[in-house]
Amino acid sequence: MNPPTFEYFAPTGIDEVIDILAKYPGEAKILAGGQSIIPLLKSRISSIPYLVSLSEVKGLSYIDEGSEGVRIGAMTIDSDLENSDLVKKRFPILHDATEQLADPLVRNVGTIGGNLSHADPANDLPAVMIALGARFTLRGKGGSREVEAKDFFLDTFTTALEPEEVLTEINIPFWGKKSGGAYVKFKKNTWNFSVAAVAVQLELDGNRCRKAHIATTSVSPKSGRMEKAEKALIGAELNDHAISKAAAEVATSSEPVSDSYGPEEYKREILRRITREAINKALSRAGGN
Amino acid sequence: MVSKKNISITVNGEAKEAEVEPRMLLAHFLRDVVGLTGTHIGCDTTNCGACTVIMDGKAVKSCTILAVQANGRKILTIEGLSKGREKLHPVQQSFVDKHGLQCGYCTSGMILTSYWLLKNRKNVTEEEIRAAISGNLCRCTGYDNIVESIKDASKKMEEEGDPIEEHPEIKVRA
Ligand SMILES: Cc1cc2nc3c(=O)[nH]c(=O)nc-3n(C[C@H](O)[C@H](O)[C@H](O)COP(=O)(O)OP(=O)(O)OC[C@H]3O[C@@H](n4cnc5c(N)ncnc54)[C@H](O)[C@@H]3O)c2cc1C
Ligand code: FES
Ligand code: FES
Repeated sequence: MNPPTFEYFAPTGIDEVIDILAKYPGEAKILAGGQSIIPLLKSRISSIPYLVSLSEVKGLSYIDEGSEGVRIGAMTIDSDLENSDLVKKRFPILHDATEQLADPLVRNVGTIGGNLSHADPANDLPAVMIALGARFTLRGKGGSREVEAKDFFLDTFTTALEPEEVLTEINIPFWGKKSGGAYVKFKKNTWNFSVAAVAVQLELDGNRCRKAHIATTSVSPKSGRMEKAEKALIGAELNDHAISKAAAEVATSSEPVSDSYGPEEYKREILRRITREAINKALSRAGGN
Repeated sequence: MVSKKNISITVNGEAKEAEVEPRMLLAHFLRDVVGLTGTHIGCDTTNCGACTVIMDGKAVKSCTILAVQANGRKILTIEGLSKGREKLHPVQQSFVDKHGLQCGYCTSGMILTSYWLLKNRKNVTEEEIRAAISGNLCRCTGYDNIVESIKDASKKMEEEGDPIEEHPEIKVRA
């Protein structure tokens, strides 16, 4: 079905994009890959009077390695992240997520900036960015500001972005030498979102855990840090006991609801299982065992 | 009144210009404006891949892209694969030889996704094939013959090359 009518703009400069957003506050929206917004418009769940495409703005698609981390342009498509050797080597957790995100055809169009700004708790990249401790650059009328991933997601489909702001860059800091992460996603078939998924990023100090970030997908109104579970790991030797304790914390402190993906209890059981798997995978990537 | 937009899209090597409503989908542009009905619309909800085309070298779902987003870009549809030649494209021939289709509704999308895969990967494994076509649904074949067709196409493209290379105006960067 056709989307409802809208005015379309495709400016070549980011400042023009911001000007248009500011001219129609709340009524104008960014169009990135369109893989979330076009299905929404087609289903007539939403109507948006003004769409401002980012596709003609140059210089928003890149994956650059710096001395302190990797900077990713907001219009970088999922499949470029999936196929990046840099991502595979430095942030395997992001490779795990992008190679399982939607399907290859959606990944050829969908962008990292759109995936994050959409703030669907079933989207995979919010949890991954929270676990990695990423920072986002938001650009508006008065210039740019930085927001940490953990503070960006306010609620389902709600972020810290002001109506006239654009997410332009994602900055992922390097973790210490003995660090590693993993994203484990449980889904029934390709075209569905996950029943549940878990992102884990760890840093070791000898055989103890120095730093741990854990976040989930699909089982809460928004993705956020699982601090109780992280506490069960920090300072501990990552043996079966500690890992089981963290997995149990993730299962009990999440807020899954019964729906067509399965009953609540089933989702908690899945969470327990995939959290164990994600911690073990992260641990072995960190050179733990 | 919503303003219409003038767009120009290169479809199978030919520039196609039109004035369209911004909400027009690329699939409708190809079928209704250009008149190429080989691009099918199945689910219309971004799930089935019947509408797959190649845009600037990448397989995409044309029911979930606005025609205005494709302005200035190159599109390859199923009609472009054997355009101007007597013989079918090797990927098309493999689907015939290995019974990779029954009703044919999914086939144009399936073939274009396969073509995109084979332009990117030599010696594809069965696992890579199944992952690549995971966004293309087939309600008839049970997929096994499609996988066999793509394996066969991989060999044919190694041996015979890609005839589209001979038509630089159609060639897409994969
Ligand atoms: C069949 C199907 C399956 C899917 N499965 C998954 C899945 O398993 N996991 C997953 O994570 N996602 C999945 N998705 C969603 C997909 O990943 C989308 O591509 C993504 O959610 C949005 O990215 P986009 O670039 O397409 O954004 P768009 O659809 O263009 O935009 C989405 C929203 O973000 C806003 N926006 C976009 N970019 C910016 C920016 N730079 N600054 C400010 N606001 C911005 C837009 O205004 C809009 O509100 C699926 C989609 C489909 C159709
Ligand atoms: S018609 Fe486009 S994905 Fe089904
Ligand atoms: S051949 Fe009928 S849907 Fe694939």
